[in-house]
Amino acid sequence: MTETIIPCILGQRMDALRITDLKKRYAGGTDALRGVSLTVPAGELFALLGPNGAGKTTIIGIITGLVTKTGGSVHVFGIDIENEPERARAMIGLCGQEVNFDPWMKPLDILVNQAGYYGIKRSVAIPRAKRILEDMGLSDKSNNIGFRLSGGMKRRLMIARALIHQPKFLILDEPTAGVDVELRRSMWDYLTNLTKEGITILLTTHYLEEAERLASHVAIINKGEIVAKGTMREILALHDENAPRSGYGGGKLEEIFVKLTSDSTSSSQAT
Amino acid sequence: MPLEKQLISFYTILRKGIARIFTIWPQTLLPSVVTSVLYFAIFGNILGAQIGEVGGVSYLLFVVPGLVMLAVITNAYTDVAMVFFISKFFSRNIDEILVSPTPPSVIVAGFVASGIFRGMFVGVLVLMTSLFFSFPPVAHPFIVLLFLFLSSFVFALGGLINGIYAKSFDGISIVPTFVLTPLVYLGGVFYSIHSLPPLWQTVSLFNPVFYIINGFRYGFFGTSDVSLLTCFLVLFALMLALLGANVYFLKKGLGLKQ
Repeated sequence: MTETIIPCILGQRMDALRITDLKKRYAGGTDALRGVSLTVPAGELFALLGPNGAGKTTIIGIITGLVTKTGGSVHVFGIDIENEPERARAMIGLCGQEVNFDPWMKPLDILVNQAGYYGIKRSVAIPRAKRILEDMGLSDKSNNIGFRLSGGMKRRLMIARALIHQPKFLILDEPTAGVDVELRRSMWDYLTNLTKEGITILLTTHYLEEAERLASHVAIINKGEIVAKGTMREILALHDENAPRSGYGGGKLEEIFVKLTSDSTSSSQAT
Repeated sequence: MPLEKQLISFYTILRKGIARIFTIWPQTLLPSVVTSVLYFAIFGNILGAQIGEVGGVSYLLFVVPGLVMLAVITNAYTDVAMVFFISKFFSRNIDEILVSPTPPSVIVAGFVASGIFRGMFVGVLVLMTSLFFSFPPVAHPFIVLLFLFLSSFVFALGGLINGIYAKSFDGISIVPTFVLTPLVYLGGVFYSIHSLPPLWQTVSLFNPVFYIINGFRYGFFGTSDVSLLTCFLVLFALMLALLGANVYFLKKGLGLKQ
């Protein structure tokens, strides 16, 4: 993957993801999403931020088909996930929040099997899996049993698995949670390179400096509603330089995040 | 998803399932062989000598098809139920497949094919074990193979529904222990329906496993308590009902999606 290929329609860049008025009510009556709308431009790294329980993972679950929606629509590169779920899923790579590979399998087998679920032949999948494991610094662990890997290695294996079928749209749900600083920075470099190759990334993270550094677009969700969205520059422009600082030494994005999510009545539409 | 890619996905699920069966063979293959040796020794040799003939064959020969079917049913069922349940609840690696473009029908086919393989493989192992005691004649090899395949198919489908809906290990063990085992034992593994009082003969006719065991036994001896066609139709109807239910549940995400 060395070329930069960003899907366009009549010269205009296509949206990788378009979510319109998305609603989700879980059994028991909890409204996890209350009419979320957002678009992720193709080829960009989009950060979806929000406190725990805000609805980030529910959105990801709906996009990937693990959670059913109550209302609204989701399009991945123009394809409705409800009408053509298989076509839409073929374009998505998911690295979930929880480590969820078969712990008794070897990393190489995990990747080759994952490729198989996307209809990729073993003769193609094996060399590709070896290359990705090498990129992720896991080539010497390719024949170890999964559960013996360290936490950071498991995280990298999850990302490798999400990339094995060469998706156009990569979803990373807190990929750097519990990862040491050095590894996190190498992951940042890797993600930056992926966007340069034209892969669209939807990233959720609780490390706001990570989002500030990597993302070109941001949406902040709180209690199932988008409270701010726009380019990173537009969101950072919401920062009130005269407002009293929290005293915890966070960056601008963190100040904005705390302000917006601690007072759910405030809503900012930067775009 | 194009057919060729669906076949690759199916092969991937099946290959993984078969690899698992052979990797943990002391759990998946050995127990049924050991149990059947005990059954052959106790029921066939020790008690069988006192019972004499049933339906014109020695008691040991009479119980062989039933014991093979007991192994086939329990292995096909528990294989799929357990694998699906563990991948859904513990490692949660079922998501690997659910987020992929693999259609629900291929997911069902892959898991069920793995259960069929284990059911049939263990069935053949138990049959081979009977060689050391008394191997039954095979009057209709095709009928034997057909019932071996269809019964593995039906109970693998049943196991998949159990795996989809189970919410705890209890949910996995309740059906095999309290439903499957009584149905199999009361389905004529150890006796002919003609040895039962009239009331229990009628009750037995409502047990689907009774038809499966009798159809399978027909393949060996050329005789059974009910007609072969009835046995086949019951098995085929069960297969269609369970197949439809599985595809529907996976398509709707019932028991899997939130």
